[in-house]
Amino acid sequence: MSFLSYLINGISLGSIYAIIALGYTMVYGIARMLNFAHGDIIMVGGFVIFTVVSTLSLPPALGILAAVVLCTILGVVIERVAYKPLRGASSLAVLITAIGVSYLLQNVALLIFGSNARQFTSVVNVPGLKLADGALTISGVTMVTIVTCIVIMAALTQFINRTKVGQAMLAVSEDKGAATLMGIDVNRTIAITFAIGSALAAVAGALLCSTYPSLTPYTGSMPGIKAFVAAVFGGIGSIPGAFIGGVLLGVIENLSKAYISSQLSDAIVFSVLIVVLLVRPTGILGKKIMEKV
Amino acid sequence: MAILEVKDLEVYYGVIQAIKGISFEVNQGEIIALIGANGAGKTTTLQTITGLIPSKAGKIVYEGQDITKIPGHKLVSMGIAHVPEGRRVFATLSVLQNLKLGAYTRNDKNELEETLQMIYRRFPRLEERKNQMAGTLSGGEQQMLAMGRALMSHPRLIVLDEPSMGLSPIYVNEIFDIIQKINEDGVTVLLVEQNAKKALSIADRAYVLETGSIALSGEASVLMNDDAVKKAYLSE
Repeated sequence: MSFLSYLINGISLGSIYAIIALGYTMVYGIARMLNFAHGDIIMVGGFVIFTVVSTLSLPPALGILAAVVLCTILGVVIERVAYKPLRGASSLAVLITAIGVSYLLQNVALLIFGSNARQFTSVVNVPGLKLADGALTISGVTMVTIVTCIVIMAALTQFINRTKVGQAMLAVSEDKGAATLMGIDVNRTIAITFAIGSALAAVAGALLCSTYPSLTPYTGSMPGIKAFVAAVFGGIGSIPGAFIGGVLLGVIENLSKAYISSQLSDAIVFSVLIVVLLVRPTGILGKKIMEKV
Repeated sequence: MAILEVKDLEVYYGVIQAIKGISFEVNQGEIIALIGANGAGKTTTLQTITGLIPSKAGKIVYEGQDITKIPGHKLVSMGIAHVPEGRRVFATLSVLQNLKLGAYTRNDKNELEETLQMIYRRFPRLEERKNQMAGTLSGGEQQMLAMGRALMSHPRLIVLDEPSMGLSPIYVNEIFDIIQKINEDGVTVLLVEQNAKKALSIADRAYVLETGSIALSGEASVLMNDDAVKKAYLSE
């Protein structure tokens, strides 16, 4: 029974990674950049909810809404101010800028909220589930996290396959010039991608802080990096890849914590990544990079 | 009446001047060919017209409106479609998805369906393969898809960049027939081709580009018999 419980908690943690990884993978697929500030958007979302719910004593739903709205705006503003001027610049310049934005967000949070960990009140008020005469308990937040992740995946897939904006995103990710010739506004499409990714990061922030209720300016950093690993693991640029990569990563991490060593779990996670990339350099569902002749 | 006028256009790649002040015009209903050797600036000229590359100086006027500074994606709804060099179909998307993206700027669903049927009539092979990934089509079929995709936007001016490149002779003839039919339907055609003989055979007028400048221009039938053109471009 305890194995099942570790597995379910791993899937739940992995669902959070998957939601964050979606942001990484979509932005990479469409703007061809690694947005290393993505993890810190999670932290911003956490602090927005903390402020609304714990400081202002407003309902949790309002806190989540505020976090989604503010993170979406923040994501679009960051793209407009920091990344858009670098369109066409070397990818190294964009990468360094993204790391700079990450530090900026962390330090602004440090300035406002200080470095002491804040106690985050869970925004999920769903009762847990006791199965098999109480031998297996699944907490409410675990269930909500898994369900949210599945709903997001399904909605995003529908959005991309069924809407014009979604099709435009596919076109831009394949060939920006040809997309322009179709009448697609490439800059607007990239901005929408950042908006979606950042909104998802806010949701991930709510779920992450409800699962691990300690909030600091560095809260988003490690999950952000792990979600990036998950995105690469699943095949960066691929949406189902982000899902599979995220869930696998969460399960591997939780099982190694349970059965091998809680201190070594991160090392094991990253070792698995290295092995996967040695065998399949494009990740599990990654597309082969086509050489243009 | 001129549908497109290019006046003293200059384009630079960094410090290198690719287009050195060219002027030409395309009249309503014409097929105009832009011919010239590799590196003469044909593709650059087209890409500047459709807003993919910014110009340094000069003016581009379309239907009486200065479009020099209008971003490329806005020109599609103004009636300009560009079939790029190398076709550039969306390889991982289906034929139908590609065609629908061609109509990205149009919103009337019924009209769209009509246009789609019209394109299927013109390119029956696209209908046969509508659910196939575009990347799996042959070169000639991809060219047809690229042209069909451009026609989905219901253009008044279609700009074609090297439509015959890399195609077998049978496909080349078919593609040129189709270009003529598109033109007969009232779409003005601006055509860039290395296959000068073919291009001149269907064009009304032509301009010969040489290293960023227009070296010659005139009626296509006259240019075809011009000794200099024959020697340089018709390999006679």
